Amino acid sequence: MKIMVTIKRVIDYAVKIRVKPDKTGVVTQNVKMSMNPFCEIALEEALRIRESGLASEVIAVSMGPSQSIDTLRTGLAMGADRGIHVEANHSLYPLSVAKILKKLVEIEKPGLLILGKQAIDDDCNQTGQMIAGLLNWPQGTFASKVVLDKEKQVATVDREVDDGIETLSLNLPAVITTDLRLNQPRYATLPNIMKAKSKPIKKFTPEELNVEIKSDLEIVEVTEPPKRKSGVIVSSVDELIDKLKNEANVI
Amino acid sequence: MGGVVQRSPRFSELNDDDVRYFQEILGKKNVIQDDDKLSAANIDWMHKYKGASKLILQPCNTDQVSQILKYCNSRCLAVVPQGGNTGLVGGSVPVFDEVIVSLSSMNNIISFDKVSGILVCEAGCILENIMSFLDNEGFIMPLDLGAKGSCQIGGNVSTNAGGLRLVRYGSLHGSVLGVEAVLANGTVLDMLKTLRKDNTGYGLKHLFIGSEGSLGIVTKVSILTPPKLSSVNVAFLACKDYSCCQKLLQEAKRKLGEILSAFEFLDSQSMNLVTNHLEGARNPFPTSLHNFYVLIETTGSDESSDKQKLEAFLLGSMENELVSDGVLAQDISQASTFWRLREGISEALMKAGAVYKYDLSIPVENLYNLVEEMRSRLGDAANVIGYGHLGDSNLHLNVSVPRYDNKILSQIEPFVYEWTSKHRGSISAEHGVGLMKANEIFYSQSRETVRIVVYY
Ligand SMILES: Cc1cc2nc3c(=O)[nH]c(=O)nc-3n(C[C@H](O)[C@H](O)[C@H](O)COP(=O)(O)OP(=O)(O)OC[C@H]3O[C@@H](n4cnc5c(N)ncnc54)[C@H](O)[C@@H]3O)c2cc1C
Repeated sequence: MKIMVTIKRVIDYAVKIRVKPDKTGVVTQNVKMSMNPFCEIALEEALRIRESGLASEVIAVSMGPSQSIDTLRTGLAMGADRGIHVEANHSLYPLSVAKILKKLVEIEKPGLLILGKQAIDDDCNQTGQMIAGLLNWPQGTFASKVVLDKEKQVATVDREVDDGIETLSLNLPAVITTDLRLNQPRYATLPNIMKAKSKPIKKFTPEELNVEIKSDLEIVEVTEPPKRKSGVIVSSVDELIDKLKNEANVI
Repeated sequence: MGGVVQRSPRFSELNDDDVRYFQEILGKKNVIQDDDKLSAANIDWMHKYKGASKLILQPCNTDQVSQILKYCNSRCLAVVPQGGNTGLVGGSVPVFDEVIVSLSSMNNIISFDKVSGILVCEAGCILENIMSFLDNEGFIMPLDLGAKGSCQIGGNVSTNAGGLRLVRYGSLHGSVLGVEAVLANGTVLDMLKTLRKDNTGYGLKHLFIGSEGSLGIVTKVSILTPPKLSSVNVAFLACKDYSCCQKLLQEAKRKLGEILSAFEFLDSQSMNLVTNHLEGARNPFPTSLHNFYVLIETTGSDESSDKQKLEAFLLGSMENELVSDGVLAQDISQASTFWRLREGISEALMKAGAVYKYDLSIPVENLYNLVEEMRSRLGDAANVIGYGHLGDSNLHLNVSVPRYDNKILSQIEPFVYEWTSKHRGSISAEHGVGLMKANEIFYSQSRETVRIVVYY
């Protein structure tokens, strides 16, 4: 069985985001880009499944500008067997990503598709659900534990929901999206970085896959969240009550 | 531990009139007699040195510092300047009942020149706050150290702090362009230049860099800051023995020269300590044991070529067997995880019990021999660990014990100082002299040098 994993190149989680002065988006020039943390978890899970003998190959897919190849190299250095880069130079929205992915699934025929539950740049949290819908595959979203049964061709997925843990049983092939606590991704070791250099990366364009990229969305404006006002230290309970009454008008 | 020092009868004791005078010049709020605040200010970061001061003064400007010192001088009241109180040699807390002059309220940034990168600020600015201010401007501080969340720039200058980036940006003697300081009699010395070059006579400001408050109180600092470069890479490596670490350093200086920004090492004992005592710290090589670990950081302006260069260097070092295994951070949080293994050692030591800390400059080829000799001297009685800024030949030798014990101390000292002196090292590479090494200074300075200072 093959596992296909999507990995997205995003602004590094630890970078302080700055909004462009013209409010059309955020500044990405000279900003550190890294793999989306949820995708890293998805890839780690796929690698663990392969290492336990339940899958034969892990294919990493990234869509975006040519620099996405760096992200694929990272994925290959973590242990993916090969990469697919779908080159796209304008913004991709979840439905377009899902449509492209559907074509790749038709070509590669994986038995399992693992995605991050969301990308930390647009926080859409839609792609996994959409691709499951397009493929008509069962889905286990926000997975915090995944167990595969190769004989029965079933994946058991634990999901952290508001009132506890929900356990789903999915027939393969299936779509799984990963939550933060599923696993702790491995580091890229030097021997694996070396090996990654000779692993193949296949390139496609959306046109070659017969997918038209269009969006039903228009971004009107991107702004920073309002700044938090600094607090004050009051010297007595009376002063506190006075301020709550007369300044904050809450009592 | 300085127990031999006697309080000199020359110094007066604090009385109510003194307190009233301070309240007049500083306002009541800045004259602190609160027990909780006093007990925190009386004890050092390691909980090793403890004073009995009854008063903290928090001046808000240079003029107030001057008035305080002038008054204390006339009344013969002893004074200790205090920054973030992260000093490691017992210099930041009173020995007896000295008045504590805290610079914490002098925390304004005065000016920043975006063209030259020259920052002028008050001495009480916390290092990390300056770093985030500069980050917004696209610049960085030329020094970085584990205590950045608490230590102040005035304290850094007064201890001539070295830290993690010295290998790249040099010592504060190079990057500090000017200092404003107040002498014990209240005289304000304005040496707050913002010039890269200034050869008009003696470089007096240099005396204040590393003088640990002994010459006066530093009130303002002007410092040259380098621009922030966009590409930072961090690798964490395993080496089988110390000689590999040494050769790796030589190679790194040659092959990564212009982008190398840190070269740190730790031994397996340090690694165990960190992974056992710090939550979330994990060894990047969980399955195999290694004797030494090296952290290499590069900072440059071109992400792809820097990374290529570093990768080529690392793969080459693996082929030459200088490195037995290694990981390369793929994002900033992985880089911070690697840094935490090195920077977290001090904190882990504190959690493990009491610690005797030695901060030594020793030529690289001999540096680790001292750790091994100490280990065999102390046997099972203590956990001896070695780590530090290998790129600057700076060893942090730490002896971790359940509690402070004079019997163990007598096994360590004076041996450690004699050994260092014999190998022409320095008994204080970057932490200073403080109370801890006041009597040991002769191991690293000649009699004549000390005499010229003391009797001047
Ligand atoms: C976790 C940790 C990691 C550290 N790592 C390093 C490191 O990598 N490299 C390194 O060099 N040091 C290191 N140190 C020690 C270092 O000396 C201090 O952290 C720092 O430089 C001191 O600054 P501070 O503001 O805390 O000064 P304090 O501890 O308050 O004072 C230190 C000395 O300077 C004097 N002083 C303070 N402020 C002034 C002033 N404005 N004017 C005159 N005198 C003053 C004090 O009287 C005292 O003698 C570390 C300490 C800790 C706790």
